Amino acid sequence: MPPSGRAVLRVCNLHKSYAAAGGATVALNGIDLEIEPGSFVSIIGPSGCGKSTLLQTVAGLVTPSSGDVFFGTTRVQEPPRDVVYVFQQYTRSLFPWKTVERNVAFGLENKGTISRHEIAARTREMIGLVKLTGFERHYPWQLSGGMQQRVAIARALACRPAVLLMDEPFSAVDALTRAGLQELLRSLWRELGLTVVFVTHDVDEGVYLSSRVVALTRAPGTIAIDIPIELPASRDQIATRALPAYLDYRARLLAQLFADDGLKSAEAA
Amino acid sequence: MTDIVHSDAPAVAASRAKRSASSGRLWNTRVIGVAFIGLLLVMWEIAAANAIFPPMSFPRISAILATWWQLVISGELLAELLPSLWRMFAGYFIGVALGVGIGLLMGYVRFFYNLLEPITEVLRPIPSPAYLPIMILFLGIDDEMKIFMIALASMFPVLLNTYSGVRSVDPIQLQTARTFGVSGRKLLVQIVLPASSPFIFTGMRISLAVALIVMVISEMVAASNGIGYFILSAQRGFKIRDMFAGVLTLALLGYILNRLFLLIENRVLAWHYGYTQQRG
Repeated sequence: MPPSGRAVLRVCNLHKSYAAAGGATVALNGIDLEIEPGSFVSIIGPSGCGKSTLLQTVAGLVTPSSGDVFFGTTRVQEPPRDVVYVFQQYTRSLFPWKTVERNVAFGLENKGTISRHEIAARTREMIGLVKLTGFERHYPWQLSGGMQQRVAIARALACRPAVLLMDEPFSAVDALTRAGLQELLRSLWRELGLTVVFVTHDVDEGVYLSSRVVALTRAPGTIAIDIPIELPASRDQIATRALPAYLDYRARLLAQLFADDGLKSAEAA
Repeated sequence: MTDIVHSDAPAVAASRAKRSASSGRLWNTRVIGVAFIGLLLVMWEIAAANAIFPPMSFPRISAILATWWQLVISGELLAELLPSLWRMFAGYFIGVALGVGIGLLMGYVRFFYNLLEPITEVLRPIPSPAYLPIMILFLGIDDEMKIFMIALASMFPVLLNTYSGVRSVDPIQLQTARTFGVSGRKLLVQIVLPASSPFIFTGMRISLAVALIVMVISEMVAASNGIGYFILSAQRGFKIRDMFAGVLTLALLGYILNRLFLLIENRVLAWHYGYTQQRG
């Protein structure tokens, strides 16, 4: 990675270990990463490789053992205001005592500088963007899983964050819902000029969505490969996934994951 | 605002419908239960009519009901009930407020937990009638003493449940709030308090029963009016039918209070029932 003053997020020599029975478990072992504004970066890796820990550290939810995370020029010590995190467990992340509308307005109400009128307008706009108009006064638990995760995305985006961090956000929904959510996220990313850091264990999802994929090794996690994804900006669930370039990226990443796992893969040949 | 209330309605109605649908047989057993009470009352009437127990201390149920009705009409019962209700609710709400406040502090700030947990564990097991003589010594036999007793006794169940509620708030909800920059007192009011409200309500329901008990006991020991005083002085004056009428009044009061509480709880915690059903 060439050093760049343009990076919106910078991770420098990040280490994280957890105290465990009979010593410490090393989750992250020296991660260096720069995220360009406007990029869509997926972080993939085998389960337990520390990719969620990496994302939580970037979000300021976990304190690193050593090393630093910078958001712009400020060092991250607590969750930065312009960075929003979307959890995998939408049922637990949405507030069940609040309606869809109140959930989406939550971030805005706590910014302190926005008028009530504007909160209402932006909430309505975001609910429209995630196609939940008409469900404003439902409670999250009255909606399907995919709809609930759309509420969580609307809540995150209502604050107009510079960076959206997503931790396996679509892994708890069925395949068809997942494809729909992927399309929604791609279009929101392009429309709103967001920077997205997206953690997934699914190589296909990573390649399809991203402008760059970073694969971590097994724990203790370090960066195995970091490849830009140069696929057409306008993507299609069927056509894009059939492109030779797409299959090539997929093969390279799978080969890396399998090699790391000690498996010989036909695709690696 | 009206729309929000409206959108609550289907959830509540749905959960009610589900409950009664899944308990078609339960409805029958409830009918049997009510009939059983009727049967016991008839047996009481027959036993009393045949003087199986000394009639002096065991009047007919029909006579008790007639006496109760007279006491209701004359306003005598209400005159005893009002001071009792005042003491009970004053003490109860002070106790609930203290219990929620201290429970939140203990659950949220480690320092307060370390400071207050030991004294809570020491005071909590003392049956409240045991410190009644001490309270009489310091506060006399007026309303202050009774309200203080009721407040103290109803504080502990709320305190302990609030504390458990705060400790069991989903960490993901807290982290979510943190990523939106919500922390400190805002986090307490906006997330911790509503998230632990199901626990707080459980504590409040236990405390309501406790408040009723302590109200009666404190009035029996030291009072010149109130339903507890009425029952005990009726017994001492050999007005046995009055005594039973007083106990009957307490049974009704307890039943109505519990019903009212459930009504409020079902309304305030409608989200909780829906949410827990979703998660299985």
